Amino acid sequence: MTRARATVLAFLFSMGSACAQSPAPPGALSCSGCHGAAGGEIPSLSGLSADEITEAMGAFKSGARPATLMNRLAKGFNETETRAIAQWLASQRSSP
Amino acid sequence: MSSASRRGVLSGAATLAFSLAAPCVIGQARPQAVIIGGGFGGATCARYLNRLGVAVTLLEPNATYVACPFSNLVIHGSRDLASQQFGYEALKREGIVIVPEMAAGVDADARLVRLASGTTLPYDRLVLSPGIDMRFDALPGYDDAAAQIMPHAWKAGPQTLLLRSQLEAMRDGGVVVMSVPANPYRCPPGPYERASLIAHYLKTHKPKSKLIVLDAKDAFSKQKLFQMAWKELYPGILEWVALGAGGKTTEVSVKDMVVVTEFDRHKADVANIIPPQQAGSIAVAAGVADKSGWCPIDPVTFASKLRPRMHVIGDAAIAGAMPKSAFAANSQAKVCASAVALLLRGETPASPKLLNTCYSIVAPAYGISVADVYHPARGILVDVEGAGGVSTLGASSEVRAREAAYADSWFKTISSEVFG
Repeated sequence: MTRARATVLAFLFSMGSACAQSPAPPGALSCSGCHGAAGGEIPSLSGLSADEITEAMGAFKSGARPATLMNRLAKGFNETETRAIAQWLASQRSSP
Repeated sequence: MSSASRRGVLSGAATLAFSLAAPCVIGQARPQAVIIGGGFGGATCARYLNRLGVAVTLLEPNATYVACPFSNLVIHGSRDLASQQFGYEALKREGIVIVPEMAAGVDADARLVRLASGTTLPYDRLVLSPGIDMRFDALPGYDDAAAQIMPHAWKAGPQTLLLRSQLEAMRDGGVVVMSVPANPYRCPPGPYERASLIAHYLKTHKPKSKLIVLDAKDAFSKQKLFQMAWKELYPGILEWVALGAGGKTTEVSVKDMVVVTEFDRHKADVANIIPPQQAGSIAVAAGVADKSGWCPIDPVTFASKLRPRMHVIGDAAIAGAMPKSAFAANSQAKVCASAVALLLRGETPASPKLLNTCYSIVAPAYGISVADVYHPARGILVDVEGAGGVSTLGASSEVRAREAAYADSWFKTISSEVFG
């Protein structure tokens, strides 16, 4: 592929992907490895608001909410990062 | 500019008009990603890239994928191999092109993947997720033929069933010998989960038998948790021999069914040899593996440090503090897919954070875990300070049962996300 073709392709792709979502905030993509559809032993995040997710993460981090594992993961994110993840997760509800 | 590439630009301009009218349909202008390997890393990356508008071709010679996580329960006898098997129908339905062939080589300059059949596939970006190969040159006496007598069972499938059938056929009072390699290798806590479950099987069905675990290390993942559980559950059955106590396997003899260490010779009724490993052979052929046998990567994009426009994810990658696990591969695949889509648009990916969680089953309804958060620093992936760790020592049996249930739930969710 020539440089010219590559440039055109990148341009077309950026125009064409207007429907693509904005990139997920750091860490957010990992959640779906464990949290899936409702009904599993690990709770689903579907239907939770950004505030609910932020609050839960804060409680896991402080130890106020007992956990087997989420306490260890919640400590890896500061408040800004946690809120960004929560907002992104809440916005995913309508899309698969 | 040649006339051929001018035509390319002109046809691109025509596509532009079309794509403006229908922004989600990019048609022929869609950039092309080729992904090598349809495991947890490759199949995840294929799905995410496809959803991000990239045309994806996935190279995977096997029609059915056999998952390694939970395969120790097949060896234990409490799970069917069928529960480990997944197809690619869902990926095909989403428009991902599956080519059931092995990649034979890569031409980095021409951006072409060469297939075993001789045909070539062009790419704008190539993602390699080839998993591991056993190093059959690393342990004297242990090669592919020896693995049919002393299975490694470190790639799930026939090897898993072979080890299971050998345990079933063994007399009560027999000796099982496991050989565990030095780091790095696929699934750091896996050998110790397997040792636990084999010990549980012996305790339940063949209580006069013994399991000797010969280790090329002095320390391992979730060590205190495993050792406390072994002391409680499997005293007199499971013996772990550390490197410092002469645990490193130096040679095996399938003829004599003997596993040789620096200090000893262990006669085995069943021998499970987990040999040293390296990145899947295509990584070497593509030039993305270094002399360690693994693949150095950029921690933000998973771009190869050795070849342009190639990315490496999963067990084959040198991912710093991240272990070689299905969870890590899945986490890396999503970050890599996002980065590749942005790079194809000429944009710069932001610094990511990645997670890992590994559950191990020590006995039925007895689960333990390690979890951590990672981010790029100083050119590698490191632990986020203050985060991560293992299950609480001395937790109640109720907590252990809950972690075992979570492990089961995790496997259902991740396998559904990747293949379902």
